[in-house]
Amino acid sequence: MKHTISVLVENKFGVLARISGLFSARGFNISSLAVGETEDPTVSRMTIVVEGDDKTLEQIKKQSNKLIDVIKVIDYREGEFIDRELILIKISFTSKNKKDLLAAVDAAGGKVESSGDRSICVEASGDRAKIKTILELLKPFGILEVVRTGRIAIDTTDKGLKADGKPEVNE
Amino acid sequence: MKMTGAEILIECLKREKVEVLFGYPGGQVLPIFDKLYDAPIKFILVRHEQAAAHAADGYARATGKTGVCLATSGPGATNLVTGIATAYMDSIPMVAITGQVKSFLIGNDAFQEADITGITRPITKHNYLVEDIKDLARIMKEAFHIASTGRPGPVLVDIPSDIQMQQCEFEYPDKVSIRGYNPTYIGHVGQIKRAAKAISEAKKPILYVGGGAIISNASEEVTELAINNEIPVTMTLLGLGAFPSTHELSLGMLGMHGTAYANHSIMDSDLIISVGARFDDRVTGKVDAFAPHAKVIHIDIDPASVSKNVEVDIPIVGDAKLVLKELNKFVKKPDTKDWIKTVAEWKNKYSLKYKDDNTLRPQYILEQIYEATKGDAIICTEVGQNQMWAAQFFKFTKPRTMLSSGGLGTMGYGFPAAIGAQLGKPDAHVFDIAGDGSIQMNIQELATSVANKLPIKIVILNNCYLGMVRQWQELFYNHRYSYTCLNGTEPDFVKLADAYGAVGMLITKKEDVRSAIDKALAINNTVIMDFRIEREENVYPMVPAGEAINKMIGGGLA
Repeated sequence: MKHTISVLVENKFGVLARISGLFSARGFNISSLAVGETEDPTVSRMTIVVEGDDKTLEQIKKQSNKLIDVIKVIDYREGEFIDRELILIKISFTSKNKKDLLAAVDAAGGKVESSGDRSICVEASGDRAKIKTILELLKPFGILEVVRTGRIAIDTTDKGLKADGKPEVNE
Repeated sequence: MKMTGAEILIECLKREKVEVLFGYPGGQVLPIFDKLYDAPIKFILVRHEQAAAHAADGYARATGKTGVCLATSGPGATNLVTGIATAYMDSIPMVAITGQVKSFLIGNDAFQEADITGITRPITKHNYLVEDIKDLARIMKEAFHIASTGRPGPVLVDIPSDIQMQQCEFEYPDKVSIRGYNPTYIGHVGQIKRAAKAISEAKKPILYVGGGAIISNASEEVTELAINNEIPVTMTLLGLGAFPSTHELSLGMLGMHGTAYANHSIMDSDLIISVGARFDDRVTGKVDAFAPHAKVIHIDIDPASVSKNVEVDIPIVGDAKLVLKELNKFVKKPDTKDWIKTVAEWKNKYSLKYKDDNTLRPQYILEQIYEATKGDAIICTEVGQNQMWAAQFFKFTKPRTMLSSGGLGTMGYGFPAAIGAQLGKPDAHVFDIAGDGSIQMNIQELATSVANKLPIKIVILNNCYLGMVRQWQELFYNHRYSYTCLNGTEPDFVKLADAYGAVGMLITKKEDVRSAIDKALAINNTVIMDFRIEREENVYPMVPAGEAINKMIGGGLA
């Protein structure tokens, strides 16, 4: 089963290595990982999509929390968050199918960002289902390259996620 | 006042009340060593950096203070790695300081450059590369704080040599504030009450005590909980000493080479009260078959240890001592009369035995060391059969007297750890229980020991084998002793002792054991006692790998 977790970390060099090292050392599978600065420049936010059962997820959260540079770990529950991924796709075309391709891109909700003699670059974003649909729609035209950012996620409650430190453990 | 990086480092060590520093000089720590030359800190020059880390570890285990070691960049730093990993697995407070090549050379494959923060990332609680001299004092303060609080562990600080020479104003922070670090000490009251209720209602409770109880100095509270409520106590290798082995409620060590009565008791129990232990595979054996009828209370300061290997019914995250103090207030004495009777019968029926004949056997030597010292000794061990015999046959009665590499299982740990322990506890009888294989992994430290006039007694249980591996080969690999026989290739340990200025003794007969120990104890120098033991003596009982822990070989051996 896939889970999406957000990890607030100190914005220092080496932190990504600590997280990725922890995951590989303990055999946790990362499906995708996206990192970027937050509204507070001293804090980075990682969105990690992981694979595993509830027990594995529990260990992932606890072990990540043990890292000194990790400020907070939260996992998202179904229905309480939105997630998005940005994807860039390079697709080749011929004079015969160019029209069909552009129509398909449009139908899939993609945007042509650059157009060459024999290929176009398309940008699209969306949740997992949407990205999957786009790729399926464009596949028949001959995809040359795909670049994905990995998923980012945010919860939809009225509260902001604050980097105020680790909470006490209540058990 | 402006100070150099090296001066700041020394000043930080003074502020942290570091009395002993273990280390080895080298090119990228020259500025530090220049300041150490007249610093009021005792510096112990080891003969290999690995020993510096183990000695700092032994010092920490024996005293409860943070051990500190220092090495140069590159090979100096990588030589610390085994010692750091050993301390990490056993949650030992340690600060390791390494020199690094000059800041502007980092990443250039400079002479003696190694990415030691990268290398030690998975084996330290935290580590730092100092990039700006202005951060040095704060980093040192944080390093000592992180190493010694929460679940302790090693912290490494890597200091480029140009930063050691730069200058800045020294200001030592009073407090540490790290938003990502906030260990939980106080246990949840509701959980503690639930635990108290479960104990009060239990018919067959058992205390399962690990190294965490020693680290948090919870022996008194463990003892109170056990004795007031008549609950039998079993301990892990690292938990030995937390509860007196001489007490009738003590079941000694459990697990792969634990006593049969401890293993039977925990398997049959209806409530396990785990204190600072982590249900490691050497303890549980086959996890699915482990203690099938038992509810589990797990007291641990590390939330990640809870429900990692075994499902826990009542987790209590907090400091063992503080949690037990509270718990002891709420527990109503359960009725354990029948249980105690059963356990006592097992204890009698399956007592640890070995063949009592005229042969020189290792178990007898351990018993005689116990008798000769009246149990008042610090026992360091190497790893293998020697370690297990020490755990089984020396009756540990006090915390911080059993120093052994439990998690990592590091051969070569015992002797340098004994050096650290003896420096931390100058008046104690310190023994290193060794095998003829493992003592040779850090034998060069004889020089350190003799140079510092340390009266450590090295007990070599010499069977001319890498004994534990040989035992496995005997039992599970059809007696094919592949590269485990050292016969005919070993040094003359008596001459070796002599060459280093230590005292060597050769003991081949059972009747000479006690007098030899008494003689060694009277010698104010490092002593090697080369005991030629029965060569193919095995450690029993033994749970084969992957079996349930009540499926023992030699459980009731007579």
